[in-house]
Amino acid sequence: MDPHEDTELSGIVKMQAERHAAPAALRERILTSIRQAEVPSQDVSAQHGSKFQGWRQWLNMGAAFAMGILASVTTVFFLTAISAQERLAQEVVNSHVRSLMAAHLADVTSSDRHTVKPWFSGKLDFSPPVHDLAQAGFPLVGGRLDYVGGRPAAALVYRSRQHTINVFVWPRDTRAPTPPAALEVQGFNVIGWEDKMMQFWLVSDLNVSDLQQFAAQLREAAAAGSPRPNSNAKP
Amino acid sequence: MSGTDRARRFEAAVLPHLDAAYNLARWLLRDEQNAQDVVQEAYLRAFRFFDGFRGGDARPWLLGIVRNSCFTWLRERGRDHVEFDEERDSDQHDPALHEAIDGPERLFERKLERTQVNAAIAMLSPLFREVLILRELESLSYEEIAQVVGIPVGTVMSRLSRARSMLRTALAAADEED
Repeated sequence: MDPHEDTELSGIVKMQAERHAAPAALRERILTSIRQAEVPSQDVSAQHGSKFQGWRQWLNMGAAFAMGILASVTTVFFLTAISAQERLAQEVVNSHVRSLMAAHLADVTSSDRHTVKPWFSGKLDFSPPVHDLAQAGFPLVGGRLDYVGGRPAAALVYRSRQHTINVFVWPRDTRAPTPPAALEVQGFNVIGWEDKMMQFWLVSDLNVSDLQQFAAQLREAAAAGSPRPNSNAKP
Repeated sequence: MSGTDRARRFEAAVLPHLDAAYNLARWLLRDEQNAQDVVQEAYLRAFRFFDGFRGGDARPWLLGIVRNSCFTWLRERGRDHVEFDEERDSDQHDPALHEAIDGPERLFERKLERTQVNAAIAMLSPLFREVLILRELESLSYEEIAQVVGIPVGTVMSRLSRARSMLRTALAAADEED
């Protein structure tokens, strides 16, 4: 036995002294501040400052259950060794969930692509393709700035019946993982693809086949480089 | 390497030690809110210095940053006696204290309440409280504590021994008051 130790007293301290556990909110605060510190360029951090403050505001507003969910999501996220693609999918799902919980779905609310698309210019260093798919049953709700995979992203919001679809778009990056053809994360479906310029990640609680149908419509519209011909336009 | 990888590596290496970091700060500052603020600040500082971290166990490295942040906080606000005081904090044993340790009484036989133990630890000066918490609650080795506090291993041992004898005296006194 180590002569320097005092087992009797150690036992008392170990048994009786309180080991304070970090509150879940603190974990979230730290994650948020690290990601905020991580934003590389000055203007991007300026643009995103207000968004982060927005998050912090509602985080501080005592949405304890929300933070609990986020904390457990984060814990699962770090405890499991997962691929870069799954990790990014998880991040995209987190962002989707946050967008629904924080009542901060859209920074610009409009079903008009000519309102939504220009809104992004000057806020991002790329111009995301925006299409209205209302004719196909997927009306555009709006768009917002988001921060995913360590970079600013455009989030386009669509609806299908009562389901919300978040479409995350950012320029292709050879270092970033490719989007999954289909993946389920915590009950949400994640599907994506990339074209010559952009990566698309779709998240929704919509069933896979409907989401894939939406994806097909979106790809078709994007490939055409314009919104689908609107033959039944209302007068 | 992209910045995000750095953030992920940091989160994977350092975030698991959040409870240890918070516990130390909570004991040193004796306040929930201040402990949260200081730990958050320490994490940001750790993130900035993460490139200097050479791998291995991140826990002593992180706790070192947390404890320095706590002592800076205490010093700036003039709380507690954070400076080392030769007379008060000397590692030489006080014979009177030795008597208390070597006395026949066994603390174990007394029914010490949780609140008494917590209060007695909280009354120790931060330099002693710190080594006791790191050793008994975080189960760090002497070498790790030396790394956290930035003192030689021999000093860790004598400071820990001094902390224990002071705690024993305090507990004995608390018990007599009952």
